[in-house]
Amino acid sequence: MKYIDEFRNKRLVSEASRKIRTIKVSGPINIMEVCGTHTMSFFKFGLTKLLPERFRLISGPGCPVCVSGPDYIDKAIAYSKMKGVIIATFSDMLRVPGSSLTLERQRCEGADIRSVYSPLEAVKIAQDNPQDKVIFLGVGFETTAPVVGLTILEAKKMKLENLLFFSSLKLIPPAMGCLLKDRQVNIQGFLCPGHVSSIIGTIEYEFIPRHHRIGCCVCGFEPLDMMQGINNLLEQIVTGRPRVSNQYLRLVRRQGNKRAQRIIEAVFTKRDSTWRGMGRIADSGLKIRKRFSDFDAEVIMPLKIKEKRDLRYSQCRCPDVLKGILRPSDCPLFSRDCTPLSPYGPCMVSSEGACNVYYKYR
Amino acid sequence: MEGDFAVAESGRLRRRINIQMLSNLKIGDYVVVHAGFAIEKIDPRRARQNLRLIHEIY
Repeated sequence: MKYIDEFRNKRLVSEASRKIRTIKVSGPINIMEVCGTHTMSFFKFGLTKLLPERFRLISGPGCPVCVSGPDYIDKAIAYSKMKGVIIATFSDMLRVPGSSLTLERQRCEGADIRSVYSPLEAVKIAQDNPQDKVIFLGVGFETTAPVVGLTILEAKKMKLENLLFFSSLKLIPPAMGCLLKDRQVNIQGFLCPGHVSSIIGTIEYEFIPRHHRIGCCVCGFEPLDMMQGINNLLEQIVTGRPRVSNQYLRLVRRQGNKRAQRIIEAVFTKRDSTWRGMGRIADSGLKIRKRFSDFDAEVIMPLKIKEKRDLRYSQCRCPDVLKGILRPSDCPLFSRDCTPLSPYGPCMVSSEGACNVYYKYR
Repeated sequence: MEGDFAVAESGRLRRRINIQMLSNLKIGDYVVVHAGFAIEKIDPRRARQNLRLIHEIY
């Protein structure tokens, strides 16, 4: 078993589509796929065309690049302008607009900004450039948090004095809770992110059916996984019995990855965090603990940035797209002014952003 | 496998990955890799259960 082909069986996918079409529901059903990778997979495999019109898939706030606020980018740009600073970042952050500029633009102006695949590469850059300060942009969710955490532990062990981390790590369940309190948002079920869930477990979503009466299904990323996930959510909706079900059995357990959770707990502490489009959400971010403050860019090199607004971006509707209130194609800029080559908002930048996916596959 | 690291293969791509987040890994196991770190191991028994459930429905 290779764990991929078996879950791409065409005959079973069409059978799943047929079965989903027979499920009788009154009125349209909105299902939010929280994770950007789900959005991309639905389109890439052409599954959206296999679902009946009345089931609407809504992209959620699960693309880390998209939900990073403009103030975070502005600060990263401010760091990049400092003499003797090297910025190390995942590459999709380069083109995300802050309030007026991008890191990519800054790089053209001469700033030393390097894209890395793993934070471990930032360790190597710091070792190779002892005369400079290297700042790694820690952007991501619960999947990225233990990865950054382990790198901080490693940097401490190595007594690296020129590597800092600028954390914008965010937590998914509080954002889902926040969405459900927003009256404009109309969701009947959540397709929960598979890889985030492998770390936090399904247990973290249990407040959603309990307090909000909305069903959740943790789901894998292959076509059969996603079709089974939709099927499962529709059954929950039809029977009126919301719960947290786990479709991604082969990877996700109820308690999650305890080792990874211990790393997160050891290195970070929760704090309020600002999400693009959703504002400040209580306890939805991770801050580096005091005992690791030697590695915390916000402590070692604190910045005060004045908020700026660039008119160019004022028409961008990414905030509404991130909450599922608007489809990407409903934004006045979509595909006319805003394209992957010349993006206005973060949802068009990231390969997992809803606008980018719509542009590519529609 | 060597200490906290192992070589992972995906298609023709080979890459050195960190395996500190997982215990009891052995050569030949399948893992999900995120940013150079193995974040979870795929459980073959539960994968078969996964497939069995899919086959039961469709």
